[in-house]
Amino acid sequence: MTTPDASSSLVAVDGIHTYYGKSHILHGVSLTVGKGEVVGLLGRNGVGKSTTLKTIMGLVHPRQGSISLEGAAIAGLPSHKLAQRGIGYVPEDRRVFRLLTVMENLRTGLDRPGVTDARKHELLDKVFAYFPVLGERRNQAGGTLSGGEQQMLAIARAMMLEPKIILLDEPTEGLMPRMVSQIRQIIDVLHQEGVAILLVEQNVPMTLEASQRVYIMEKGVIRHQAASRDLKVGDDVIKQYLGV
Amino acid sequence: MASVLAFFQNFPFELFVIQTLNGIVTGMILALIASGLTLIFGIMDVVNFAHGELFMLGAYLGVLVLATTGSFWLALILATLLVGVFGAAMQITTLRPLIGRDPLTTILATFGVSLILQNYALWQFGPVARKIQEPYTGHFNLFYLEYPWYRLVIAGLSAALIGGFWLFLKYGKYGIWIRATTQDRVMAQAMGIPVPLVHTAAFAIGAAMAAASGVLFGPLVGVNHTMGLDWVLKAFIVVVVGGMGNLGGSIAAAIFISLLEAYASIWMSPAQAVIVSFVVLILTLLFRPTGLFVPTPK
Amino acid sequence: MSSPAESRGGETVPVLRTEGLTIRFGGLTALNNVNLDVRRGEIRAVIGPNGAGKSTFFNCVTGVLRPTSGRILLNGNDITGQPPNQISRSGIARSYQITNILPNATALENVRIAAQSRKHGWNMFRHYTQFRDIIDKAEAVLASVGLAGKADELASNLSHGEQRNLEIGIALATEPQLLCLDEPTAGMSAAETQDIMQLVRKIAKDLTVLIVEHDMPLVMELADRITVLHYGQVLADGPPAEIQNNPRVQEVYLKT
Repeated sequence: MTTPDASSSLVAVDGIHTYYGKSHILHGVSLTVGKGEVVGLLGRNGVGKSTTLKTIMGLVHPRQGSISLEGAAIAGLPSHKLAQRGIGYVPEDRRVFRLLTVMENLRTGLDRPGVTDARKHELLDKVFAYFPVLGERRNQAGGTLSGGEQQMLAIARAMMLEPKIILLDEPTEGLMPRMVSQIRQIIDVLHQEGVAILLVEQNVPMTLEASQRVYIMEKGVIRHQAASRDLKVGDDVIKQYLGV
Repeated sequence: MASVLAFFQNFPFELFVIQTLNGIVTGMILALIASGLTLIFGIMDVVNFAHGELFMLGAYLGVLVLATTGSFWLALILATLLVGVFGAAMQITTLRPLIGRDPLTTILATFGVSLILQNYALWQFGPVARKIQEPYTGHFNLFYLEYPWYRLVIAGLSAALIGGFWLFLKYGKYGIWIRATTQDRVMAQAMGIPVPLVHTAAFAIGAAMAAASGVLFGPLVGVNHTMGLDWVLKAFIVVVVGGMGNLGGSIAAAIFISLLEAYASIWMSPAQAVIVSFVVLILTLLFRPTGLFVPTPK
Repeated sequence: MSSPAESRGGETVPVLRTEGLTIRFGGLTALNNVNLDVRRGEIRAVIGPNGAGKSTFFNCVTGVLRPTSGRILLNGNDITGQPPNQISRSGIARSYQITNILPNATALENVRIAAQSRKHGWNMFRHYTQFRDIIDKAEAVLASVGLAGKADELASNLSHGEQRNLEIGIALATEPQLLCLDEPTAGMSAAETQDIMQLVRKIAKDLTVLIVEHDMPLVMELADRITVLHYGQVLADGPPAEIQNNPRVQEVYLKT
């Protein structure tokens, strides 16, 4: 199986060690995401999947190792610069701005230099077409939306940045099956538009369907890598690192 | 029954109306000072002990510009802008380096700046109070008093400034940035909002609001190097009673406390009436610590 | 290898028993009718996917949360609704996910303070160095968690793994009946995880241990019995081999 090498990747993470105080969470994580590729990051709770995303997004800085975006080194940069360079982030707990309306939430991503009004309207129309319920609730405060609606808003908000890659942290957690398939469709749409996605998930079947490649993490390191079509839910490697 | 009737017969209605007016006037100025303070606290968790000195600085700049140009309005605009710029510089030099550290360090830093500014003013301008001439000297007849128009003007101007600020927060593009940063600094940054810049801008706005209050209030109280002290204490009480970081709450609290004090002055001396603010503060902390005008969190 | 619980003469009173333990937060039922028995000398692991209620269960047993209904019995005594300090006195000790040690005290002092809480509590007039029995005990506990050489080291200077060991030591110094470990291997390397596992095996010989963990290989190797929680209910309960062969448990973890 050919893995895209770091120089041609959109995002390349190399040997990062991240700590929270003395707690050593990432013990040398390396992975790549190619342009427009959907890559899954699987693993049980507590192995460091979210920390990996947070490190890429600059919410926490690695003590060792490097991260590059389109070849340029980005480790240590503040997260607003990363968002400006095209990394979108959808955290595990959604974190919509609760006191801002849906529209205002979207505007935090929309109001950027170099975006014409026409383009803004296009983006809004597109996102309301994918998420009609957000259009209906556009003047409602973010905190009044249901869990599933907040998840959609968090994803839509990141889409407003027109990012090259979106970091999605467990988007289907706690959602009903109907919403899970809706999220799945959005991932497909983003993929068709050429947006790369690094998808952290515990939902194995959905991740294997939606992605081209997956990494499997355990205890702060990557343990296995494979093309998604080469893996099935029943495989031993899945059971070993994700099951019981 | 008879004592109730007697109470209403002896009740000084005229004085009550006058004090209502005075309370509202003072309340609006206090609201302007407190808004700046609560904005700064809400967005960056900084308790700005130099806020009263920014108020004082604005007043002194007002004196200077008035003396040079003779225009009150120019004094108001220039003082506001200059202190705004000073506020930005202050935040960049003394507060930005302290981000992420113990909140006590920012309290000490702003307290230090307040001492510097107070002593600078004393050295530069001397201990004698200065006067800002009010732009309008007309009165109208209110019962047995000649009530100065100017007081109503400054109340109106304060209300306009606060209202303008509220509109900016609600509808302006950068207003959204400020509100998003106040609610979730980390996520705002992850959305590309340059949070360090927003912090500096918010501090500058807060400082500018304090300076504007200084110029507007100058004609009423006289300008001297300690004028910040009394008002910042009241402003802190207002911010706590109104709910820290809550703009609407601060405005309501400012008017509420000022009215109570004004009414209390009917029966006590104004110096004693100040006790009212502290009583309200203590009651708030005991029973509704998140703020009197804030719905209690479940 | 027979578990300590089996090799002993089969005591009938479980160290910990929960009966119909239920907690509701408004409309959310975090724990639903959880019945559990932990036998003396057992190492019992509680596992489950995200949101299963493991932390809630732990918090309930250690008195941090009050159950909506149901009972918790320690050695047959009802401790339901007792506050954490009382539960500590009754004999349940807990270690925390975020280390809860005193950073500015030495390792020995940290443990000594815990040991002191059990004896001589109100004697304020004698200097602490005169309580020889407490100091001896503290030194013994430090040795048992492998920190004998670091007795005079400031707790904040210890490595992460050593701090975890210290925390377990602090819990041990209170001479508990039941030791509750909350994700003790979080943020640790594979090597440090092995060390903790050896330590827990060693102390479990004389103690009963309840452990919440995500590290599945560790749990499978260490635990005598495993309870799987799912949406606040007990999904399965049994020895590791049984749990691993339970298709329903696999389903729940892999979300098939």
